[in-house]
This record gives sequence, C-alpha cells and structure tokens, in this order.
Amino acid sequence: MSEVTRLQELTYEVKIGDVMTRNVITVEPQTTMAELREILRDHRISGAPVLENGELVGIVSVEDLIKALAAGEMNARVDEKMTRNPITVQADETVVMAIKYFNRYGFGRFPVVDRQGKLVGILTRGDIIRGLLKQLEMEYHREETLRHRVSHIFEELISDLTSITLRCRVEAQNFESAGEASSKIKRALTRLAVPPQIVRRAAIVTYELEMNLIIHTTAGGEILAEVQPDRIIIRAMDTGPGIPDIEKALQPGFSTAPDWVREMGFGAGVGLNNVQRCADEMLIESPNAQWTSVKVVIYLDHHQRPAEEAA
Amino acid sequence: MMTLETIVRELALEVRTAPGKLGREVTGGYASDLLSCVMAKAQPGNLWVTLQSHPNIVAVASLLNLAGIVVTEGATPDSATLSKAEEEGIPILTTPLTTYTVVGRLFALGIPGVER
Repeated sequence: MSEVTRLQELTYEVKIGDVMTRNVITVEPQTTMAELREILRDHRISGAPVLENGELVGIVSVEDLIKALAAGEMNARVDEKMTRNPITVQADETVVMAIKYFNRYGFGRFPVVDRQGKLVGILTRGDIIRGLLKQLEMEYHREETLRHRVSHIFEELISDLTSITLRCRVEAQNFESAGEASSKIKRALTRLAVPPQIVRRAAIVTYELEMNLIIHTTAGGEILAEVQPDRIIIRAMDTGPGIPDIEKALQPGFSTAPDWVREMGFGAGVGLNNVQRCADEMLIESPNAQWTSVKVVIYLDHHQRPAEEAA
Repeated sequence: MMTLETIVRELALEVRTAPGKLGREVTGGYASDLLSCVMAKAQPGNLWVTLQSHPNIVAVASLLNLAGIVVTEGATPDSATLSKAEEEGIPILTTPLTTYTVVGRLFALGIPGVER
C-alpha cells in the first residue's frame, strides 16, 4: 500500500528526462511512408519525430501509416501525413505533467525537448512505467543494503557481549509528548531489524512503562532499551514515590491514577499486566517504596509466543 | 478485505488527517476508550473506534501500526492531535455518530472484531 503512495510521490519527483528514451529514431520530411514502414518495423517502434535540418517539424505514427496504407498512398512523403507542430514535453518537467498530457491528448508518445526547444528524447507510457519501476527497485535495493548492514552489526563488532543501548528521558505529567520515548525505541528496533512481533511486544512494554513514569512519578524517569544479540532488556527507572505494594499494583484493574488522568483513558489498571504479558521476564523493585525499577527481558528467538496471542 | 477509503465513504466519516493513507486495507476493528486495553488487544491494520481525542491516541495508533482512528460523538481533536497524526501518517476520521452505531455499521460492512 505504501508502495502505491510512493509511486504517486515519485511521479512528482522523477523528471521526464530521467525516464525518456534518449536515442530517438527520427525521419526526414521527404522520407516516404513506405520507408517509414520499414523504419518502424526494423526498430519495433510505433512512431517517430520528423526533423528538418535538426528542427522538430512534426511527428508521424503507425496510425498515420495505417491510414496511408488504406488510402494506397504509401509513396507519399512523411510531411504530407504527419502531425505538424506536435505537442512536446520538456525534459526538466516532472513525470506527473507527462501523465496529465497523456490523459488529456490521448497520444501514444510525446517528443521531449530541452529549454531551447531542441529534441532530446521521446516519451511513451511504457517509458514512464519502466522508469518508475527502476526508481522503486533502486530505492528497495538501497533499503535492503541498509537492513543487511544493520542486522550484521553484531557480527562485525566483536566483543564478549556487544549491545546497543537506547536511553530516553521521560518527563512527569507531560501528556503532550507521551508516547515519544516508545516511538523512538520502536523505530530504532525496527532499524536494527528486530522481527516485527518482537518490536510490537517491546513497543507495548515501553509504552506502558513510559505512561507509568508520566502519570505516577514525581520527577519523571528514564527508559532504557538494551539490544543484545539474543534479547532486548528494557528498564524503566524513576526517583519516586515508589510502589508500597507491588503485588497489589499487579492486580488487573488496580490503579492509583487520579480522575482527570482516567478521563483521558489512562489508569485502567492493566498497564503492568500488559507489560507482564509481553515480557519473557519481568522484575519490579521498589525498596522501601522510595524509587521504582522495572526490568523486562524479551528474548529474540521466541518469535511467536502463544501467551500473547491467547491473551 | 476493505480499504479505509471505502469505510470513510460508507459511514460518511470526515477525514481530518493523512488523506494519503486511506488506501490501506483494514484488517479488523477495535473499540475502547481505555488506552491500555487498546494496547493489549488492537492488531496491526485495525481501525480503532474511540471518543478520546487527545494527542496520545496518535502515539497508541502509531505504536500498534493501526490503520486509523474513528473519533466518535462529534468530539473534535485539538490541533496538537491533528498535527501529530499528520506527522505520523495516522488517519483521524471524525463522526457525530456514537461508538455503538459506528461499530454496528462496521460489522454490517463485514469488518470483524478481534477475537483472541
């Protein structure tokens, strides 16, 4: 689906000059229709611009040829049968302009000229399709190369344990930018070619932990996501007020969120349950209810955990 | 499967953001105003029906890769919500209809719920 949108975008980015056929087969005004037939057949083309002393004076197509054939006028000169003063497109215009022209005039091809009006190429619908597909393929290839590089980062950086740590600061009570830390971490994990199912679980974990820091802490906190070759470790740490009864906090539906926060749809009391459900391991610490640390481990080789699907 | 565009037309929803993303196929529907429930249940490509309209709905939709958000009962998302949704490419669709009616019509169109 995004490909279609990208394709549409490309029509606004790619220039006609990038997709047109450059080696144009041209004919002269005095060329006969019989000669034209041979030229079109030899080059497997369906039309040709007509040049007189290098100047574009017309365009002649297979349709003109058929008419001449039907009328028995194959010895006529091309300039008697061609379309004079053909509509041209400019090489530095974008492809979307050409598409409009094709739709408006219904022609099969347009001569392409430079700013000085000199013929530099010819454009058919086929040229546009080929050009855009080539562009998409190039982009796809670039993306693949990048993915390949990132996913091999752990093989290239040799140590006893290589890991990448993403650190995001979360402000207390700031609902405006709520979700930003988890969005950043999600994007980074995707970049690191972590499988989508794991990214989804990590995103849910970081989101819930981020919301807890925003809703419940006095001074905010920090979320860390550490990516190791075989696991992701997510930590949320704050400086208080801490959780007096962790077991109670884990009961579905239990929440200490104030009413105004609940009105926004937070504080349903299932945030930590969501975290637990997405985690392979979870450890909550809040010694003497002074600060809280939540540590979650998600293993990369458990792609499809039945537990999450069943919940 | 049905595209978001068809749903917009059938339910006469107002497209407030990301009109370029309406070509997406909708995989199912989910309705709740509690964000953690959405986080727990909504699946990628789902259309989420809610009367919440604050900026965080965009974060939820984006994190879960939802197809879009239908904001019901004539609730008007503020400019922060709209600009964030535009930025993240999340279509926000508004309607004066109630959540119940929207869900009913989605079901009638054959958009399934999340049953797992």
